[in-house]
Amino acid sequence: MDAIRTEGLTRRFKDLTAVNRLTVNVKRGEIFGLVGPDGAGKTTTMRMLSAILTPTDGSGWVMGYDIRTECAAVKDRIAYMSQQFGLYTDLTVMENIEFYADLYGVAKKGRRERIDELLNFSYMHPFKRRLAGNLSGGMKQKLQLMCALIHTPEVMLLDEPTNGVDPVSRRDFWRILYRLLSEGVTIFVSTAYLDEAERCNRIGLMHEGELIAQGTPSEVKKLMRGRIIAITSPEARRIAYLLKSELEAVSICIFGDSVHVVTDSPEKTSVSAGKIISESGLSADSIRSIDATLEDVFVSMLGEKRASAGAEDEN
Amino acid sequence: MFGRLKHMFIKEFLQLLRDPRMRMITFAGPVIQMTVFAFALTTDVMNINTAVLDFDHTKSSREFVEYFTSSGYFEVTEYADSQSDIADILDYSRARLVINLPSGFEDDLLSGRTAKAQVLVDGTDSNTASIVFGYANRIVADYSRAKMVEFENASGSAGMVGAEGAPFEIVTRSWFNPNLESKYYFVPGLIAVMILVISMVMTSVAIVREKEIGTIEQVMVTPITRTEFILGKTVPFAIVGYIVMTLMLIVAMLVFGIRVNGSIVLLYLLTGIYLFGNLGLALLISVTARTQQQAVLTAFLVMMPCVLLSGFLFPVHNMPEIIQYAAFLNPMRWYLDILRGVIIKGVGAGDILCAIVAQTVLACSFVMLAVSRFRKTMA
Repeated sequence: MDAIRTEGLTRRFKDLTAVNRLTVNVKRGEIFGLVGPDGAGKTTTMRMLSAILTPTDGSGWVMGYDIRTECAAVKDRIAYMSQQFGLYTDLTVMENIEFYADLYGVAKKGRRERIDELLNFSYMHPFKRRLAGNLSGGMKQKLQLMCALIHTPEVMLLDEPTNGVDPVSRRDFWRILYRLLSEGVTIFVSTAYLDEAERCNRIGLMHEGELIAQGTPSEVKKLMRGRIIAITSPEARRIAYLLKSELEAVSICIFGDSVHVVTDSPEKTSVSAGKIISESGLSADSIRSIDATLEDVFVSMLGEKRASAGAEDEN
Repeated sequence: MFGRLKHMFIKEFLQLLRDPRMRMITFAGPVIQMTVFAFALTTDVMNINTAVLDFDHTKSSREFVEYFTSSGYFEVTEYADSQSDIADILDYSRARLVINLPSGFEDDLLSGRTAKAQVLVDGTDSNTASIVFGYANRIVADYSRAKMVEFENASGSAGMVGAEGAPFEIVTRSWFNPNLESKYYFVPGLIAVMILVISMVMTSVAIVREKEIGTIEQVMVTPITRTEFILGKTVPFAIVGYIVMTLMLIVAMLVFGIRVNGSIVLLYLLTGIYLFGNLGLALLISVTARTQQQAVLTAFLVMMPCVLLSGFLFPVHNMPEIIQYAAFLNPMRWYLDILRGVIIKGVGAGDILCAIVAQTVLACSFVMLAVSRFRKTMA
């Protein structure tokens, strides 16, 4: 049995279709990343899976329980962490944890141990008397995670948990997630950070309410058409501009100080790109073929989506 | 179910009582306001500045003025010399009442003719004017009765007063408030207003606050039910309402000497219905509003007609008919009947049955509407 399974899950808000016929399955004990830009429908998907938002169409199951009809059973087995900080800023760390323990009906016996364990592995012990509103961004997220974990859930739904959190705290947060994974918890996480997506067992790329690809990160990378040529140069911006008008390629984008050119014929393209650059008096530090990152895949897939949408419009 | 509810209450009270300022506003605020307003809002008219224009200068004319001053309501602050002074006095509000006695006042009186005296009242403030006018009328009537007795005694036709001068005597006595002191009218009203303000404002922000900060989403994924959540967000404010009312009743007794003449149990029971209705109304605001600001503003707009069309300041039966019907939907209108009934008159439930039924129907409808709206917004 899958931890999460959906079939044609759809949610419409008036004219807008936030999630469109989403079919996805998440295996037990894996970490699945839902990746997509803002507005792709990630939060709506999360909320439907947490049984707080009713789907317009389609169905979904969490640990085998129907998210439409068995809300209570679903809620007992999941932990949901909303993107927005959802705890009481005027209560202390301990008061927040106790409140959630009470709402989930965590038995008094063994509760102290559970709370201590959570405080310990999140390094939050010294802050337990502090008001939640006075915590740093990273600590707020850890507190929210603790409140979500208090009832030892089987499935975790995390909506962009590291949004706006500094890199050190992000690393810390992921350390906690891996630990949970080793305890057999299934994690369904949404993120707009592609480096985080690389850490997942499997990912799904979401765009405008639709799932455009799913698989392991390397499987998804293979879905990309063509190869990538990276041209590194301090003048990357001007080179990209130049190549866009003169070079035949699938897509050309800037990544920091390098230009990524996606092409079906890497040898030919790198030669002609070098020629164009030197003829225009610009210089490149290196021109080489590289492996695609998820970011490349994502950019090229979204590019294709847009192109085909444009073609449909013309017809 | 009760376990989770209990913890919602604990959380609400923790949040409410954490801030010392919030504690002051919630509990001391209403009590202080009630006390101040009960002293300030009074329809009793005392120490009325009075001007006298006496052209007669006789014993009788002085006696006439004395009747006014000895009543305790009037105080002569000025003696005018001419008719033109009177206009000045009233224009500049130096006096609210002018007694004008033409010459020949005593002559007419002694010779058995109708003596003429003029009493002018400043009518700018119509309520006060009619009260002043009422006092003046009573004093003049007293004076003329006394004079008539004197005159008949002198002329040796005793017994005629009963037959002619005053064929019967009206003795007015007002029940429940013999001295017509306005505190008996205002203190229960102020209690109703303060409970309304506290319960409406606090509850109207309750749910929208959780929506606005985003805490509601995190709470709704727990096994808590919608009913538990709504109760958890309202019952604490009902308890606060009860505490505030108790404090106000104590002050009413200690400071104003107003005791609950009826059953205290009945009063608390019926206050519960009133609170329930207010909370329902406030919840309705809270679940439909998108921001706390919207909620507070709406609560104030709802409270204004609730207070003004309740009979707190102006009697409902004096209002246009259509407004009187509209006031049927006002929980405070009924609660005032209940409060004044139970506290001042000391009546039992049977005598205010109409108000109790109306109040209950309103409370139930508000709460049901709020719950159904809440279901829709969360779906």
